Amino acid sequence: MEWLRSLLLPMAGSEHARRVDTLFMAILGLNVFFFLLILFLTLYCVVKFKRREGVVTPYITHNLSLELIWSVIPTFIVLGIFFWGAAGFLDANIPPDNAMEISVTGRKWSWAFEYPDGSKFVREIHIPVGKPVKFTITSDDVLHDFYVPAMRVKHDAIPQRYDAVWFTPTETGKFNVACSQYCGKDHSKMAGMITVEDQASYDKWLLEGPPEWDEMLKTEAGSIALGKQVYENKGCNSCHSVDGTKVQNGGPTWKGIWGRGEKFEDGGSVVVDETYVRESINEPAKHVVQGYQNIMPSFGGGLVREKEFKGLLAYMRSLK
Amino acid sequence: MATLSSSLSTHGGGHREVDYINAKQGIWSWMTTVDHKRIGIMYLFFVLLSFLVGGLLALVLRLGLMSPDHKIGGMVIYDSETYNRIFTLHGAIMVFMFIIPSIPAALGNFVLPLMLGAKDVAFPRLNLASFYVYLAGATMAVSSIVLGAVDTGWTFYTPYSSSTNGAVSLMAMAVFTLGFSSIFTGMNFIATVHKLRAPGMGWFDMPLFVWGIYATALIQVLATPVIGITMVLLVMERAWKIGIFDASLGGDPVLFQHFFWFYSHPAVYIMILPGMAIISEIIPTFSQKTMFGYRAIAFSSVAIALIGFLVWGHHMFPNGESTLSALIFSFLTFLVAIPSGIKVFNWLATMWRGNIALNAPMLYAISFLLLFGIGGLTGIFLGALSVDIHLHDTYFVVAHFHYVMMGGTVIAFIGGLHYWWPKMTGRMYNEGSARLACALIFIGFNVTFMSQFVMGSRGMPRRYATYLPEFQHLHQMSTVGSWILGLGLFITLGCLLASLRGPKNAPDNPWGARTLEWTTQSPPIEHNFHDQPVAVHGPYDYRVPLEVGHV
Repeated sequence: MEWLRSLLLPMAGSEHARRVDTLFMAILGLNVFFFLLILFLTLYCVVKFKRREGVVTPYITHNLSLELIWSVIPTFIVLGIFFWGAAGFLDANIPPDNAMEISVTGRKWSWAFEYPDGSKFVREIHIPVGKPVKFTITSDDVLHDFYVPAMRVKHDAIPQRYDAVWFTPTETGKFNVACSQYCGKDHSKMAGMITVEDQASYDKWLLEGPPEWDEMLKTEAGSIALGKQVYENKGCNSCHSVDGTKVQNGGPTWKGIWGRGEKFEDGGSVVVDETYVRESINEPAKHVVQGYQNIMPSFGGGLVREKEFKGLLAYMRSLK
Repeated sequence: MATLSSSLSTHGGGHREVDYINAKQGIWSWMTTVDHKRIGIMYLFFVLLSFLVGGLLALVLRLGLMSPDHKIGGMVIYDSETYNRIFTLHGAIMVFMFIIPSIPAALGNFVLPLMLGAKDVAFPRLNLASFYVYLAGATMAVSSIVLGAVDTGWTFYTPYSSSTNGAVSLMAMAVFTLGFSSIFTGMNFIATVHKLRAPGMGWFDMPLFVWGIYATALIQVLATPVIGITMVLLVMERAWKIGIFDASLGGDPVLFQHFFWFYSHPAVYIMILPGMAIISEIIPTFSQKTMFGYRAIAFSSVAIALIGFLVWGHHMFPNGESTLSALIFSFLTFLVAIPSGIKVFNWLATMWRGNIALNAPMLYAISFLLLFGIGGLTGIFLGALSVDIHLHDTYFVVAHFHYVMMGGTVIAFIGGLHYWWPKMTGRMYNEGSARLACALIFIGFNVTFMSQFVMGSRGMPRRYATYLPEFQHLHQMSTVGSWILGLGLFITLGCLLASLRGPKNAPDNPWGARTLEWTTQSPPIEHNFHDQPVAVHGPYDYRVPLEVGHV
């Protein structure tokens, strides 16, 4: 039956997916049996009781035992299916305590993911094989639906609500994410990709950032784009403008920041260069620019990856 | 009450009296008529027109899906925004303007009073009003295309529908208006069944078509107001930013889905019960055998109507209802499947040891058994919670409900149209081309939608303007199927229209049925019967010839 399963269903990437498939195949068997029964009875009647002149048909109004049989037996069958389906549903609804939590936000028309360490990615993420992962789903605008066919999980992304699905991937590979709640123009292009890989590759990916960034850093324009992405994803934009305006209770604008002379609250001064930018991100309290408060949180300890630094620096240089 | 019964000739010819078509002349006599038969014919014209428009839209949708970029030989069929508008219109027209009024308002209007031995429905003027309300609603729906189009899907899910541009409010008010037409028809039929049954016709002497339409009318009256209110709330939210469904205004988007499906699931039964009702007429007639399990079928219609109110949550398993709700709705969903299963077995038992003729209506009835069988059986996948999560909002669901709505209701509607065509028009259609068309429809339908089951279970979501290359072959198969299906439907249309050019040669009772509508001439006289008929035998009693009593 494996050939039929693989014909009708996508690859099963988790234990849960395989359990769903088993029930799917059982119901398919039931479907085929009852369909063939209807087909056979219909054809038999049509052939055997074909119209002939002068035939008087028997007057049979009902048959209680027959009617009981075809009411009660299907009832028991569907109740069995109900309990089977409900059990699988409850499994998929209750995440284990040790699950890694990834936030998923749907917006027109892409998926944004956030890891426990605050790292944010758009469209593509990696997760380790064999570890339970819980996705907490919400939406920024209209309804979307986070659907991973290979894992047989799906849940609507609803604005101002947070719902969860989880699974433990058992297979490595690349698995599609689709939006399956209609959301407008590019609903069908709201795709994502989950790469399931071994722990070592995953750790490397999380530490260094995705390999796509290497591609971006090869060109100046790509580096600036990556920097802008980091500026938005890490929340720099909530305190630092890039158009010269001063943000209330924020920090200095990034417009023209590169090579600008800044005076510190404690009396020192600096010409903004790579060393000062790195220091300000890792240890923001060390030298606070005059006229601003010491309110910026530290992004030290790897919260900004090396590749992200490179992007940010390129971005800052571009803001003349 | 002294009754005098008379046996009827099953042959045509002989003396004919002026029928309802010729009773009055001129377009004005049609527009102001209160004759249920003429109103039924006018409804028939407009629901068939809606079916044509909705069907052509479906063919365009399928054509563009031949390739993921909607290009055929360099020609772009549509862009994704246009695709969204077309599938919305296809759904809205088919559901609200075609399927819901098709059997009750068109065939039901014509046949129901005749079956009861009545002169007309209980409220003839309300009947005409309901037709004009339908026309008003349909006009609003169609003008929304011109005035900015609608891209919400026929389900109008919030907050997309409360935030998108276009003529959503007009379309919502069109649905509101069409709903009133449906309520008026339902009220009228309930009163008619209660008050206008012929002498001698108890509740269990009514044809099963009447039972089905009666159960449908109950749902129309009880459920339709909810969609009306929901649409008004949606319009208020769009117009005045009153936060009911939109989370950014403090509303709850999931609440909309509860309201919407509280109507729209019962509406599924508004659509399928009349289809089942037609099958319950065709099968005994063409098997020349009494209905097996008459009471089981009658009660199962009412049971479906009532339990159908309690299963709306199965449209929302992954959409934010609680786990407990999902469990309860799944359980009730499986229960509502049982009465439908019982009906199928009853129909088969009726054919057993019958005397079966395979005229076009019977071929449609057999198609119904097989296609509705698949539609019902595939519902088991979707009722099972864990499997539904995978299949929800995929093409599997699209295929499933097309098997129920089109393979069930529409097939039954076309079967019923052929069955009562001689009574409605006085003409026999060409049996050969009708059978050919039925075969094409059956094959085309299966090619179109069987491939969609596979796409869906492989993970292809619905309402997708574009798709992954791996799905292209299945999409192409489905599109080719839609051409076969379309060809079959056009042949049907041609076959029926061609018959209108011939003379009125249909006998009063061409199929040898036992219900009262066949005791009057084809087409009937304006007041249906010369004097009050009296039911002297059951609706499916093939031990005796068709008879009618007189007071």
